[in-house]
Amino acid sequence: MAEIRNYTMNLGPQHPAAHGVLRLVLELDGEVIMRADPHIGMLHRATEKLAETKTWLQALPYMDRLDYMSMMANEHAYCLAVERLLGIEVPVRAQYIRVMFDEITRLLNHLLWIGAHGLDLGAMTMFIYAFREREDLFDMYEAVSGARMHAAYYRPGGVYRDLPDSMPRYDVSRHRSARTAGKLNENRLGSMLDFVEDFTNRFPRCVDDYETLLTDNRIWKQRTVGIGVVPPEMALNLGFTGAMLRGSGVEWDLRRKQPYAVYDRLDFDIPVGVNGDCYDRYLVRVEEMRQSNRIIKQCVKWLRENPGPVITDNHKVAPPSRVEMKSNMEELIHHFKLFTEGMHVPEGEAYAAIEHPKGEFGIYVISDGANMPYRMKIRAPGFAHLSSLGYMAKGHMLADAVAIIGTLDIVFGEIDR
Amino acid sequence: MAARIQLLKTALEAALGARIVSLTEALGELALVVKPEDYAAVANALHDTPSLRFEQLIDLCGVDYSQYGDRHWNAARFAVVAQLLSVAHNWRLRLKVFVPDDEFPVVKSVTGVWASAGWYEREAFDLYGIMFSGHADLRRILTDYGFIGHPFRKDFPISGNVEMRYDPEQKRVIYEPVSIEPREVTPRIIREEAFGELRPRK
Repeated sequence: MAEIRNYTMNLGPQHPAAHGVLRLVLELDGEVIMRADPHIGMLHRATEKLAETKTWLQALPYMDRLDYMSMMANEHAYCLAVERLLGIEVPVRAQYIRVMFDEITRLLNHLLWIGAHGLDLGAMTMFIYAFREREDLFDMYEAVSGARMHAAYYRPGGVYRDLPDSMPRYDVSRHRSARTAGKLNENRLGSMLDFVEDFTNRFPRCVDDYETLLTDNRIWKQRTVGIGVVPPEMALNLGFTGAMLRGSGVEWDLRRKQPYAVYDRLDFDIPVGVNGDCYDRYLVRVEEMRQSNRIIKQCVKWLRENPGPVITDNHKVAPPSRVEMKSNMEELIHHFKLFTEGMHVPEGEAYAAIEHPKGEFGIYVISDGANMPYRMKIRAPGFAHLSSLGYMAKGHMLADAVAIIGTLDIVFGEIDR
Repeated sequence: MAARIQLLKTALEAALGARIVSLTEALGELALVVKPEDYAAVANALHDTPSLRFEQLIDLCGVDYSQYGDRHWNAARFAVVAQLLSVAHNWRLRLKVFVPDDEFPVVKSVTGVWASAGWYEREAFDLYGIMFSGHADLRRILTDYGFIGHPFRKDFPISGNVEMRYDPEQKRVIYEPVSIEPREVTPRIIREEAFGELRPRK
């Protein structure tokens, strides 16, 4: 009788279903996965070490580049940690703007996830639909920060500037007639908040479209139901957070349980799964998109009615206005010191966590009173999720490994840091 | 929130007793420091005691204290810091242990208590060279295959020691000593007069 041995196969790091640069060493018995060993670090940039040589403000734009699918959410965690060490209050309007953009970010992340997960499992259309909506969300990013992805919009003490009164519009050109431009500009005639509101009115129907395509789709269910089942105790032990934990039936959401910013004043529901498989996690994330939409609506309403400052007036932390800076000697010194030496954060340590689209994103900082962090540790949700891949994939077929990688919602910017 | 922290504090004191080296509350967070020989037992107690129930190890990282505060650091150089979360009681705790022996730092692994510790301990080993005894698979995780040194230690240069490029003559990727000059854009300063400090110094 012939000797049968397990077969070792390499998946990635250059593989479209590896979501970046994941190298997966699989040990296969026929087509069944016996062992899955993820190799990570291909995108390691030592963000934490670099932050030790940058001022507190200079370290902020690194946050965008961690999980580059949910940029502002990362900034939020960093700002919360620094603000806690500094002991400063953030204006309420800034907190509402942050919450609104956190939820816009959640939509950005989940749309990418649903598109890419669909693509992995053979639903090509999802990717194109999801990116259509992402385009509008990127325009919102661009309107407030000037950058479509790496915003650096949140600052310790608030947000850098107030929401703009107008949205950029499409021009008429050789390639775009007046009629086309007029149609594209229909929802861009008012302020930025009008644009956001128009989006929130349109978006629930878009989610309905996605659900029509996927939720009752036979192929989708065959690929996801009963795949990668994680019981709740195991999910806790493996360090799962966010949708991965809720998909297993544990009702845990930091926005509700340990509220930060103004989440305690907003009305939203927490979806929870039952079976803990890929399909339940899909349902949880789709419902989260609807809930995010609800939160954005409430923020838009509040922001319309309540003008006010958006960044703290403590000029040791936030820069003074240009007018003040150019007419007042003291403010000029503040400005100069802030952007050269940087702020000094009192000695101590803090851990601030937020409900990031992917799970709990935390920043642990140790300050020794200098103008730079002494140590900064980034707690990335994807790191804990990916470490459980061996557990989740064991006993599944090779094709299901792709479904499981998809359901983990991993981005290598945050895992490798 | 302050009442919850008090509650947790009493529960910790009841469950751990003399094993607590220090238990401090700062900025709304509770930090527990234990001795390295008690570390594994304390981790077990934190996980299993019904009045504590820390089911989740959220994060675990190494810290190199050798240049802390720009003064001479006399205590143990390396520390392992774990962030714990109890979903049942909705509270958090920071568990810190200073690792003895700066030359060959070893501490017990907590992978048996929390499965999520596996990769975090690999990371702390990779970046700081802290060994975790009892860890089943203590390999490097983030750095390159065949990497030498522990890059997050404070004495490791920010530009690294080696750079790599493709060599057309040897027809392979080769490693060479770094050619870039280290430079400091913004110097690191700790001011005695506390410029811009908002909280009073302790």
